[in-house]
Amino acid sequence: MPIDQWLPGILRAGALIALLVMLFILLFLIGESWPVLSKLSIVQLVTDSSWHPLEGAYNLMPMLTGTVLASTGALLLAIPLGLASALFTVFYAPSYLAVSYKRLIELLAGIPSVVFGFWGLTVLVPLINQWQPPGASLLAGILVLTLMILPTVTVTAHAALAAVADELVRNAAALGLSRWGTIQGVVLPAAKAGITAGIMLAAARALGETMAVLMVAGNVVQYPETVFDPVRTLAANIALETAYAMGDHRAVLFVSGLLLMGLIMVLSAMAEALEKQQHV
Amino acid sequence: MQKFLKFLIVYSFCFVVAIGYATQLGAQTKGVTQRLVVTGSSTVAPLVNEIARRFELAHPEVRIDVQTGGSSRGITEVRHSIAAIGMVSRALKPDEGDLRAFAIAQDGIGIIVHAGNPVAGLGRQQIADIYTGKITRWNALGGTDARITVVHKAEGRSTLELFLDYIQRKNSEIKPHVIIGDNAQGIKAVTGNPQAIGYVSIGAAEFEVRRGSPLRLLPLDGRAASVEAVRQGVFPLSRPLNLVTLGEPHGLARQFIEFARSPQVHDLVEAQYFVPVNAD
Repeated sequence: MPIDQWLPGILRAGALIALLVMLFILLFLIGESWPVLSKLSIVQLVTDSSWHPLEGAYNLMPMLTGTVLASTGALLLAIPLGLASALFTVFYAPSYLAVSYKRLIELLAGIPSVVFGFWGLTVLVPLINQWQPPGASLLAGILVLTLMILPTVTVTAHAALAAVADELVRNAAALGLSRWGTIQGVVLPAAKAGITAGIMLAAARALGETMAVLMVAGNVVQYPETVFDPVRTLAANIALETAYAMGDHRAVLFVSGLLLMGLIMVLSAMAEALEKQQHV
Repeated sequence: MQKFLKFLIVYSFCFVVAIGYATQLGAQTKGVTQRLVVTGSSTVAPLVNEIARRFELAHPEVRIDVQTGGSSRGITEVRHSIAAIGMVSRALKPDEGDLRAFAIAQDGIGIIVHAGNPVAGLGRQQIADIYTGKITRWNALGGTDARITVVHKAEGRSTLELFLDYIQRKNSEIKPHVIIGDNAQGIKAVTGNPQAIGYVSIGAAEFEVRRGSPLRLLPLDGRAASVEAVRQGVFPLSRPLNLVTLGEPHGLARQFIEFARSPQVHDLVEAQYFVPVNAD
């Protein structure tokens, strides 16, 4: 078979290209943010009074906090909901309902983020505003993000649950375990790795989501005191200001991109560590 | 393996077709002998784009490439000769004496509130007090007893610069509740919130009011905000929309600037809700 001779080469080249793209992005980010990293001290990015780039104040921490809070909030809502709907479709729902429900969730996954943002801006924000002005807030950001990552959590959890070997389930049934006993004692532990991977994927999407959050979160640079306060995320900051930024301002925006990338790296390292722990 | 081969063949076929098409496209544009790159303010860009299309009709050998990225980008790229002409939506600053500015239109910035807001009009001091957080409720200004939602722009935009200049405050003194990017987002934020106040291009706001959006332009210092007031030069918050060049323009750039200032394009200027200037 000649294919077996050249296939490894092609695959290797493909893997190398993917790796190089990632490496180049990292190098590019470091290169663009170098003017600031070498001139200003990194401490300034933490200790400056606030974010006023045109007045020389470059504190990124409020935005880092905003990013982490919005993503964590969305995960706290999306994980139980997503897991519950995956369990429902795999183990409890009659098959006609399970199929149509799954299609619906897949459709939700395909909706572009601007559409969520637009819906949030015209429906959700005015609604929250009637209750607790100004409406554009951390809460609105969390709710829109939840809608966006819910399908990711559900679809991956569904796949992980469906991939659990049938014998395991049947053996559990033969041992007289109840349905919930089977799920809790056999299926969930077996599907844990897949479910965790899905959650990490969702977390990465939540951290990097830009347009939808930009439209509903209010974008004020501050540490929010309640969920009704507006926040700005790192990704939203880059989208809002890059087009109009020059010099140091522009370089600091690249630093925030670098920070965002670091955050996602930490996340995937955590996923890796979790997986290793499970195999021990 | 057969399937993989088939996939590879289809894939390479698409690739060949794409390349063939691209070369064809390259051959077609060969008739173009002159190119002009115009870049800068997103307020001016739609107008210049229309003017450029009309210019190209009269001069088929010319292609005009209009890009946006804000007034600051326009200035940087003209200085670095990346673009021949920059679009700048403000008057040039004293430290920009190396550039020449040619006004093609006037634009006014209007203060907007929700249509249901009973406040009759505002003055410079009141607006400054609202934006710095000294006045936080509408009843202090003759409105209802509700909290004011302050809508502000992201740093680096020329609208923001002109506004700050008008109220004579620094950006770090402003206490906003919502920060927005472009005019459209600002209008959405105000139409969706009866307690909000914001500022956008008068042309854009007047267009939305005429379309029936629940929006009102507030009189400023006793002057009604309208395109007409900007035309007469009596509106306090207005700005010139400029084309700038590095030194005196010549050749194609000069030809285009003269065309953009001529009465032949006044209908285009008015269609964008700006006010034409009379070139001398």
